[in-house]
Amino acid sequence: MAVPYRKGNSDQMKRNDINERSPWQDITEGNQIYEPATSRRFETGEWRVSTPVYKKEKCRQCLLCVPVCPDSSIPVSEGKRGEFDYDHCKGCGICAAVCPFGAIGMKEGK
Amino acid sequence: MAIRERLSGNEAVAYAIRQINPDVMPAFPITPSTEIPQYVANYIANGKVDTEFIHVESEHSAMSAAVGASAAGARVVTATSSCGMALMWEELYVAASDRLPVVMALVNRALSGPININADHSDSMGARDSGWIQIYAESNQEVYDNFLQAYPIAEHEAVHLPVMICQDGFITSHGVENILLVEDEKVKEFVGEYCPAHYLLNEKEPMALGPYAVSSYYMETKRGQREAMKNARRVILEVAERFEKMTGRKYGFFEEYRMEDAEYVIVIIGSAAGTCRAAVDHIRKESGKKVGLLKIRVFRPFPEEELAEALRDKKAVAVLDRSEMFSATGGPLGTEVRSALYGAKSRAEVVNYFYGLGGRDITVEDFEEVYTKLEKLAETHKAEDMYDYIGLRER
Amino acid sequence: MYFTSLVSVTLFHRLLRNRAGESVATEHFIFLLASRIQNAEKFDEMKGNEMETAYNYKEVMSRRERLAPGHRMCAGCGGTVAVRAVLRALHPEDKAVVGNATGCLEVSTFMYPYTAYEDSYIHNAFENAGATMSGVETAYRVLRKKGKIGEEYKFITFGGDGGTYDIGFQSLSGAMERGHDMVYVCYDNGAYMNTGTQRSSATPQFADTTTTPAGTVSKGKVQIRKDLAAIMAEHHIPYVAQTTFTSNFKDLHTKAEKAIYTKGAAFLNVMSPCPRGWGYEPAELMNICKLAVESCYWPLYEVVDGKWILNYEPKNKLPVEDFLRTQKRFKHLFTPGGEELIAQCQAEVDRRWEELRRKCEA
Repeated sequence: MAVPYRKGNSDQMKRNDINERSPWQDITEGNQIYEPATSRRFETGEWRVSTPVYKKEKCRQCLLCVPVCPDSSIPVSEGKRGEFDYDHCKGCGICAAVCPFGAIGMKEGK
Repeated sequence: MAIRERLSGNEAVAYAIRQINPDVMPAFPITPSTEIPQYVANYIANGKVDTEFIHVESEHSAMSAAVGASAAGARVVTATSSCGMALMWEELYVAASDRLPVVMALVNRALSGPININADHSDSMGARDSGWIQIYAESNQEVYDNFLQAYPIAEHEAVHLPVMICQDGFITSHGVENILLVEDEKVKEFVGEYCPAHYLLNEKEPMALGPYAVSSYYMETKRGQREAMKNARRVILEVAERFEKMTGRKYGFFEEYRMEDAEYVIVIIGSAAGTCRAAVDHIRKESGKKVGLLKIRVFRPFPEEELAEALRDKKAVAVLDRSEMFSATGGPLGTEVRSALYGAKSRAEVVNYFYGLGGRDITVEDFEEVYTKLEKLAETHKAEDMYDYIGLRER
Repeated sequence: MYFTSLVSVTLFHRLLRNRAGESVATEHFIFLLASRIQNAEKFDEMKGNEMETAYNYKEVMSRRERLAPGHRMCAGCGGTVAVRAVLRALHPEDKAVVGNATGCLEVSTFMYPYTAYEDSYIHNAFENAGATMSGVETAYRVLRKKGKIGEEYKFITFGGDGGTYDIGFQSLSGAMERGHDMVYVCYDNGAYMNTGTQRSSATPQFADTTTTPAGTVSKGKVQIRKDLAAIMAEHHIPYVAQTTFTSNFKDLHTKAEKAIYTKGAAFLNVMSPCPRGWGYEPAELMNICKLAVESCYWPLYEVVDGKWILNYEPKNKLPVEDFLRTQKRFKHLFTPGGEELIAQCQAEVDRRWEELRRKCEA
């Protein structure tokens, strides 16, 4: 985890990691965070008990699966979805349920 | 040249707010602080300030909006009293923990119940653990001067803590006194422009504020707040020194009156110090007894070492509290002074009194009686009660 | 102060993990079969709609993601689906400050030092999201007036129904009445989920919650739901809407965009199902929403400058029973003697639906 320490310049920020062993001096003032979307560094994919499988050949790129994902784990680029973000997908299966073309299967485990 | 005026304490605060021209003022009316937002609303209505007033629907929302506005990068002021501050209680802690330099004009008033609109310190003393810097005043002049010093303290990069500037309800807030005001330009220069390093509306980088901090982080966060409070000691004195250069008026953590050779000392906060001063003069003139007064200005951070140094060699000390804390052993100031003296291994006798609760008057004669009791205590080393009242009717 | 619940979130995931993987997979499969056919029809329908309106689905779905993954909301949470959809309505070039009342969303999307937001974010407390954002928005106006900020910012704050209907109601009312240029979004899951599914004034009648448990004497929550969107409309603010997730998210997207880009105070009430609190399989999210809308349990409407507009009228209004049956919180209604209670639910849905239609026709 690299989150900036308040008083550092940007190079120092990169070096200053905040984690559960950080001394109090490294905790940002007021617990403020000055960097967007640091949660990406926390991998919730480990929570999965079942896993969506993307069958590209069946996909018609309707993108109906995109907005239903609670974990922003279906990346879209130039109007087309890509492979699941397995670092973060929690395996809820909503995407598989809404896919009209059977392009998302669910498999047991990670 | 200073401007000579006659203003009430509330007018003096409003005058300072006009000079500082803060960005945002969320406030909700409550006696006896109501006049402050009214005066500011008038300044706004007549184009005298750029401040935006938020007509919040409660004091809880006043402090909530203050937190939001301050986090967004604005200089924020609010004013309240008594139950208004009690309703803010949760938010006081958030403002301090978020390290937001909000300034509050607190007009001290007794907390309910029973409902009472007069001065005592139960409101601010109840918030003494909230992480706010607390500065108290004896006179309108001090309220004004303290208010001008509030932002330079709060916004100092080693501090970043909210500050409450306290004055006694009605006694100073509504009492009109002669006052020396600083010219607008000098105030502007003294207070300076607010340029936070980090804020929500910083176009260059987003900021996230107010996380859920699990136990691995909470304690370290609190330690950081303590460091800021420690730093505030230094900064308060630096700002006071700068203020003295501008006005010639000197401020510290507390004011000592005829303390050099004093043997019997009263420690007090707020407007009643003026009455005590008269008692000191009268006793010294009449009997030559060595009595003195120590008036606390800064209660948070608590100037423990300096206070102990000033009191350690005295024969007897009476600490006067204007609020109960129902420990059944004393009041908040009494407890802290005792603790400071214990740490300094002082052998001074210490006794704690309650006075002026809910606006009860205290007279010169009352103070004289306290000095008499201190003298007796120093001789006998036996207090009738370590925790007594002044002006209480008893059967 | 008011939340407990990383414990319960964790507990839930533990439950999920412990459950036999096989049964989860089987349930999924059955559900998939049932919904697939409908969805294929929906897709064609949606493509038709796209031609008629300005809602460019592909463009909207291709916008940059403003809620990052890695947050700790439960698998299948409706709350973050709502947040993503609302933030997607921001024009990609605009900046925003996101606010949040204490609740699941807050403790899960900003656990120090991990923020899930691309934009600036502020959480203050449970009952004051409205007042807090009032402060931010006011600061913006002053700083802009003073020339300290040049860029356009939008202000969106999220609260659950606990923080919005109940403890934060006063703060919300104040913020709306003062007319701050902000959007308050209630992600309504009908109970205090963060502390473990206690009833709120948004909880539907007869729902089994941990403080209104169904038992031998109790039939769940006694009272009917507070109608918050209507109360907000009575503030005479320029924009109020009620919505939830439809398959192409057009309703929610359009409303969020209107709310964000209407000058002044706006309020959105978004039904955001909670698999844990309602008792259904996470994958069923969209089916639950569909049943809520098709049964008129959760009508889609908006109030634009005081004018009430019904956005969707089902061709065949489904019985509310179909919606109730999907969730364990109504399980006791499907035991002997429950018919009368279901009839009461139906009567309440009908009464409100007719009332809404009258308002929209007037």
